[in-house]
Amino acid sequence: MNSMPTCWSPAVWLSGLALLASGCVTMPTYDYTAYRASRPASILVLPPTNAATEITASDSVLAQATLPLAESGYYVLPVALVDETFRQNGLTNADEIAAVPPAKLREIFGADAALYINVKEFGSYYIVIGSDTVASADARLIDLKSGALLWEGKAKASASERRAAAGAGGIIGILVSAIVFQILDDSTNAGHTEAGFMNQRLLGAGRPAGLLYGPRSPKYQQD
Amino acid sequence: MIGGSWSKAALLAIVALLVGCVSQSKPMYDWSAYQQQVYRNLKGDEAGIEDQRLKLEAAATEAQGKSLALPPGYRAHLGLLYLKLGRTPEARAALEAEKAMFPESTHYMNFLLGNLDAGAKTP
Repeated sequence: MNSMPTCWSPAVWLSGLALLASGCVTMPTYDYTAYRASRPASILVLPPTNAATEITASDSVLAQATLPLAESGYYVLPVALVDETFRQNGLTNADEIAAVPPAKLREIFGADAALYINVKEFGSYYIVIGSDTVASADARLIDLKSGALLWEGKAKASASERRAAAGAGGIIGILVSAIVFQILDDSTNAGHTEAGFMNQRLLGAGRPAGLLYGPRSPKYQQD
Repeated sequence: MIGGSWSKAALLAIVALLVGCVSQSKPMYDWSAYQQQVYRNLKGDEAGIEDQRLKLEAAATEAQGKSLALPPGYRAHLGLLYLKLGRTPEARAALEAEKAMFPESTHYMNFLLGNLDAGAKTP
């Protein structure tokens, strides 16, 4: 897959072109009718539900969800404070929180939309030859006024894929993303770095079939 | 990700020279501290609340010096830390500051301020 941001370097462009030429990338299309009609300005990121075995996955993904959404032009409600509000109301479990009706979320938080993330894979997996560290998730953006689905998507990042890209000349792009996107390292949590890259891919606007730019972005309504 | 002794700014400058297109993608906000400290908080580092507050305040001062904007949620998150430290007037001021900078937060900030008025210890 084309793993790099779209504008970083000639090398990235070239590798993207090479991927297209080799026919292994199909450009996904997406019906943005409901999304464009809703024009959300603020996003409530709910604590992610977690289908992976690693229990730290939800915190890692939630802690790194603000950057891609804010840089895409959205107001993102303070995620730890939101978590605390749920806690004070007796909701400590992401699955319970995901079941709270949109109207109730709207009443408390006043956000235009809520983002429901479900972590699929997180951490180091031992496969036939060696091991890999991955993070993957699905996400749905729901209009809190109507309850309508505005967007859904999924993404994955892995250490092996980045090593391969670095070998193919994409190292500059990787350095840029690591610095600009402030990808974090946590030596006690192998999936944390991958979650940072994965979130960027999942929640950064301007990607094929990705989120649209929000009102605070200079690119708002130009996509 | 990036080796310890490298200054991120210096590395970014070198990379900018190499790729020549970074200016288009200049981040809207300063991300030097927010997500790291949020992560610590989410992980339940209650003993480190004071340190989280210090790190966020230091980064905010630095960002101000560089005329960089603080991300959405930054001030409100500091408010949460003040509350946990029992510094309610500063918590209130931080929530008001979030509202002033990001009117999108008004509804939620008013909800939290209302809870403070009602005497709840945490929002």
